Amino acid sequence: MISIKDLQVSYRLGTRTIHAVDGVTLNIPDGCIVGIAGESGCGKSTLMKAIYGDITSPMQLSRGSITYGLKSAKGRQVTAQNIREEWFKSISYVPQSSMNSLNPVIRIREQFIDFPGTDSNKKRVLERARAYMGKLGLPPEAMDSYPHQLSGGMRQRMMIGLATFFQPELIIADEPTTALDVVVQKDILMLLMELQEEMKNTILLVSHDMGVHYQVTHKMLIMYAGRVVEYGDTDSVFSDPQHPYTKMLIDSLPTIGDDSMRGLMASAAGASGDRAYRVEPILHEVKPGHFVAQAVAAPAAQSVGA
Amino acid sequence: MTFILKTEDLNKEYRLGSFVRSRKIQALNDVNITVESETPVVIAVVGESGSGKTTLAKTLLRLETPTSGRAIVYDRPVVGVGSISSRKEFLSTVQPIFQNPFEAFSRYRPVDSYLHETARRVANMGEKDAEDAVADALDSVGLDYREISGKYTNQFSGGELQRISVARALIPQPQLIVADEPVSMIDASRRMIIINLFKRLRDEAGRSFVYITHDLATAYYISDYIAVMNKGRVVEFGKAREVMSNPQHDYTQLLLSSIPTTTSRWRPRLRAAS
Repeated sequence: MISIKDLQVSYRLGTRTIHAVDGVTLNIPDGCIVGIAGESGCGKSTLMKAIYGDITSPMQLSRGSITYGLKSAKGRQVTAQNIREEWFKSISYVPQSSMNSLNPVIRIREQFIDFPGTDSNKKRVLERARAYMGKLGLPPEAMDSYPHQLSGGMRQRMMIGLATFFQPELIIADEPTTALDVVVQKDILMLLMELQEEMKNTILLVSHDMGVHYQVTHKMLIMYAGRVVEYGDTDSVFSDPQHPYTKMLIDSLPTIGDDSMRGLMASAAGASGDRAYRVEPILHEVKPGHFVAQAVAAPAAQSVGA
Repeated sequence: MTFILKTEDLNKEYRLGSFVRSRKIQALNDVNITVESETPVVIAVVGESGSGKTTLAKTLLRLETPTSGRAIVYDRPVVGVGSISSRKEFLSTVQPIFQNPFEAFSRYRPVDSYLHETARRVANMGEKDAEDAVADALDSVGLDYREISGKYTNQFSGGELQRISVARALIPQPQLIVADEPVSMIDASRRMIIINLFKRLRDEAGRSFVYITHDLATAYYISDYIAVMNKGRVVEFGKAREVMSNPQHDYTQLLLSSIPTTTSRWRPRLRAAS
């Protein structure tokens, strides 16, 4: 279990400090897919970076703590201080536009055996990797190709392969399918779900597409202006959304076969550019496992969020 | 009735490889689309990457010359044999909106200079008229000229910049606007602003659109007609409602079943092991 206590992550821009994540308290149980949704600038990618431990200037952890219920291979407790040593061992990250993250000038197989410290016998690692990629539905030649020789969908599959090959306890996937068309997206999401059911690990999935969240996740986390608005089981959040912002996100998805004026609300709230809600950092449990922040539909404090 | 868009056996071949050993790729294969209507329409072209939809857009915009065939926009031939020869006349009939507004505008020039140039060169306006036309166009996309003037691309968000490119396209009063994936580079929470803008421009300003996308949900939301493309062919074409509610072709059915909806799941979600 990952527990986050009163976390504040800030960016320092000149003399100004912006709190991109502001007072987030959260418990993420093991073995489930947690979806994170919210509009751009709500702090979801910043929260993911903080959990991954990728904190570089001008970003800083200004308050609060993250504890990981993970143990390293040597049996040491993983903490926010030594999380970097666990990268691509017990924690992996599929970044945004990750299909462009493969090194373009070396073959993909070289990128596989580049990982530090799992097995010194590179040949054995490569053999296992080949077998594994076959399981993911990639032709064996794909391992010997350069990234540009593969299609976007294949590269994305390759990235998911890289991120899951070492059976990490935690995978953070930031918009893993955004640039792909629906047919390929479905393939990749199904693959991710199958792998998760097999490995029983935790996946944090950032996506703006509420349809993807409904299909893939067990739990949903809705963020707004650096704070958690709603957190609960996916079924509960979709069938009984508590916060007006969550309702708006769910309603703004244009649905095929429904001619009502869906989506108009999204534009109304988005166009103004102002914060439509002020979100309190304290969550209330409305149902077992379903938390919501108190909604204050007031013109916002501009100091909040970025 | 007016032929808003009519393509007749439009073909486009690309050659890959070297001069001696080349491979042909049929990006457009006998594309026939006919939309006849009294009122302005939004025509969506959907399909996966590599299906030829961008080639169709480029051909309609005269950025690619078709191998054979022709296209008619508002009863005037614009592409192929016998099409209008004046570039100015063409540009005041068909205008483009591109995928990535950060690439469409140069970083080193203030964005409003593009709008001025379009007004002066394409619409043949004098300085005073151009000024007014730019302000009007920006006003119709919900932006204020005074706030745009003199700014560079890095001072705008993707959504704002895309609205500016819509404003630019509106200045010569074109009948058809070809938008190639206009929202795919924009933050998801801001996409509906552009989509609703197209809808408003169709209803209030009488502009027709060719909306090229791989997002079927928004295509369904705004379009009157829809063309589904696969491997250079139009596999299904018709009124958007009919195509989407009763898809005939296997490929259309595959596309529709791949959309993540919030009504039914692809596979049951097993309870998380906790």
